[in-house]
Amino acid sequence: MSERIFVTGVGIISAIGFDCAETSVALQGSKGGIGRITMLNTFYKDEIPVAEVKAGVPELSAMAKVAENGLFSRTSLLGIIAARQAVMQAQINDISSARTGLISATTVGGMDRSERFYKYYMKNNMRGRLRDIITHDCGDSTESIADALDIKDHVSTISTACSSSANAILVGSRMIKNGILDRVLVGGTDALTLFTLNGFNSLMILDKNGCRPFDEERNGLTLGEGSGFLMIESESTVKKDHKTVLCEITGYGNACDAFHQTASSPEGNGAYLSMKKALDTSGLEPRMIDYINAHGTGTKNNDLSEGKAIERLFGSSIPPCSSTKPFTGHTLGAAGSIEAVLCVLALRNQWIYPNLSFKQQMADLSFSPVTAFQYNIPVRNVMSNSFGFGGNNTSLIFSRN
Amino acid sequence: MEAYIQGIGVISPQKTFTGNGFLQDAMEYNDVNYIKCLEPVYGDFIDPMVARRMSRIVKMGVCAALKCLRDAGIENPDAIITGTGLGCIEDTEKFLGSLYASEEQLLNPTPFIQSTHNTIAAAIALKLKCNSYNNTYVHRGFSFESALLDSMMLLQEGSASNILTGGMDELTPNSFAITNRLGFWKEKTVNNLRLLDYKNKGSLAGEGVAFFALSHSKNDKSLARISAVSTLYKPQSADEVTARLSGFIQKSAGVAGDIDLVMLGMNGDPVQDKIYHHIMSNFFSPVQCTFYKHLCGEYDTAASFALYLATMIIKEQRVPAILKCNDRPVRKIKNVLIYNHFRNINHAMFLITSC
Repeated sequence: MSERIFVTGVGIISAIGFDCAETSVALQGSKGGIGRITMLNTFYKDEIPVAEVKAGVPELSAMAKVAENGLFSRTSLLGIIAARQAVMQAQINDISSARTGLISATTVGGMDRSERFYKYYMKNNMRGRLRDIITHDCGDSTESIADALDIKDHVSTISTACSSSANAILVGSRMIKNGILDRVLVGGTDALTLFTLNGFNSLMILDKNGCRPFDEERNGLTLGEGSGFLMIESESTVKKDHKTVLCEITGYGNACDAFHQTASSPEGNGAYLSMKKALDTSGLEPRMIDYINAHGTGTKNNDLSEGKAIERLFGSSIPPCSSTKPFTGHTLGAAGSIEAVLCVLALRNQWIYPNLSFKQQMADLSFSPVTAFQYNIPVRNVMSNSFGFGGNNTSLIFSRN
Repeated sequence: MEAYIQGIGVISPQKTFTGNGFLQDAMEYNDVNYIKCLEPVYGDFIDPMVARRMSRIVKMGVCAALKCLRDAGIENPDAIITGTGLGCIEDTEKFLGSLYASEEQLLNPTPFIQSTHNTIAAAIALKLKCNSYNNTYVHRGFSFESALLDSMMLLQEGSASNILTGGMDELTPNSFAITNRLGFWKEKTVNNLRLLDYKNKGSLAGEGVAFFALSHSKNDKSLARISAVSTLYKPQSADEVTARLSGFIQKSAGVAGDIDLVMLGMNGDPVQDKIYHHIMSNFFSPVQCTFYKHLCGEYDTAASFALYLATMIIKEQRVPAILKCNDRPVRKIKNVLIYNHFRNINHAMFLITSC
């Protein structure tokens, strides 16, 4: 039970870049990825901004190194791209050289293709191309990634709404601690779909001006898409293979707000508990956290609830805090792992990210987020929050090794 | 890693929720190509005002969970973990349908809210005001298995003493129509109890919800112990299955001779059932073997129904004749092995032990 968990590789694709290098450039340039819809065929094309990965299926298939045979959902392709990057950085040439698992996360799975199917199927249930529906379930994208990378020892998928991939990281870490696996590729992937765009729109929580997390005038979230993956390995595997370590996963906490199916409790009870549990597993004091990558969606409800929970846990010394969702959009099931990759980059480079589009402090909170990119700041321990519908809250702590 | 089963709540096409005794009168369905759950009176468990807003699988899930906890005498568990292959598919279809029908205008958000796969685990937490660990696995034939594995890890870590763990999938007219077009089910209707007699391809569609209250320690409420769970992804050959299974038995029970009862996931499809016959003849010729999908149908989380049966068999020390696929001398049932696979992709093995 004493194995430490190390991150040895990361991969990311989102609206701000196809890999870590591009992502880093966009982050340093405070260049957000939110813009007009160009990929989705929707009524809201000119009305609701999103954070798209600007590449179609042919380009994504090439990046994913898979045949463009019409059998991969956009969610799968994004996932394979990020997962490959993580495996490559971890310099794993023979995946079967240690017990290796894959735990992925997604909320919509192959919904982009299901939508195409359903459009015809709903008019006549003998219509709709079957190849468009076989990728519907969440397991499909995970198995595409597993097969692309030849991972066999453990394959699973988590879906807890917007905390899905944070939970994949949490469970993967525990599988190593429990001695079941030596290394696990953990992360998540989600593509933009009509389903989610219309879903959040029907809830009236999409900001027509782009999200403004922690701003007094915030008015909703902005959807994004993408994927983030981390290769995590046990201390003994890392030692055996003389691996370069990017950072350590020192804390994780999962709690349920149990307040409402979609709304967070005003005092952020679940958020407080998940952060507290993460601190407890890490053995760190609140003052030792150098940066919080907040869930910070930009909805009235989330930011108030999360802010209150942060105040309660950190008291008068709240660490620098920001939401990176104005960069990447809210990538739903992928958000936890995309932000985890950003946390790894923050630790490696001693960076703290700005909370773009912030203007005015919330009247109900005692603190404001970081607004300018910060270099050369001592960043030793970073907390990342991911909260989802159903009150599924998860917090992770990454530390410099 | 191990877990003691303290309580059960099962809603299935059989009289598992209410009814007298364990499989006393099996439900026979004639001329069917799917079988659906016998739904309980929800009002006994959920406030009708609340139930009205819940979809069918959420109601079934919450009901089965509450019954399970009541059965185990647990008020608030230290974790709630669910597994579901397709999640709340009825609401997913509903929202997708209205999205196209209304051309993205004036959509009712309720089906969207309830379409997320974690809705059931969340609804249970909400009902119990349970702030503990909450997680949902959504991976085809590994959904329930992953939930169980997570539960057993939590118990081993000492971070939970009592856990509510469940597997669930619902069948809807659309999910049946689509999987039927994909060739999952038999072309002609069948009698469920004679499922293995039909030699044509395809299976019988089914659905179900099964919740288990799991505990780290044994007490007088303990019904059985889950001694081991293991999964195998896309085995390349029957030999790979044999090797993995023999390793699993060796690690968990000892030798094949220590297994007193085997439960196999035969679903009536001759191709998919091949591996079960291979397992039977290679390991378990002298052992009593059983099957169960004629009672619950085929679905992603059907192994949770098998776990329910195994628990009841151990508790009652009785193997209902309707489950038997061979006839071997009766002996004391200590170790039950479940082997199940979903579409030959997701293979899983469980060892359940008397306590």
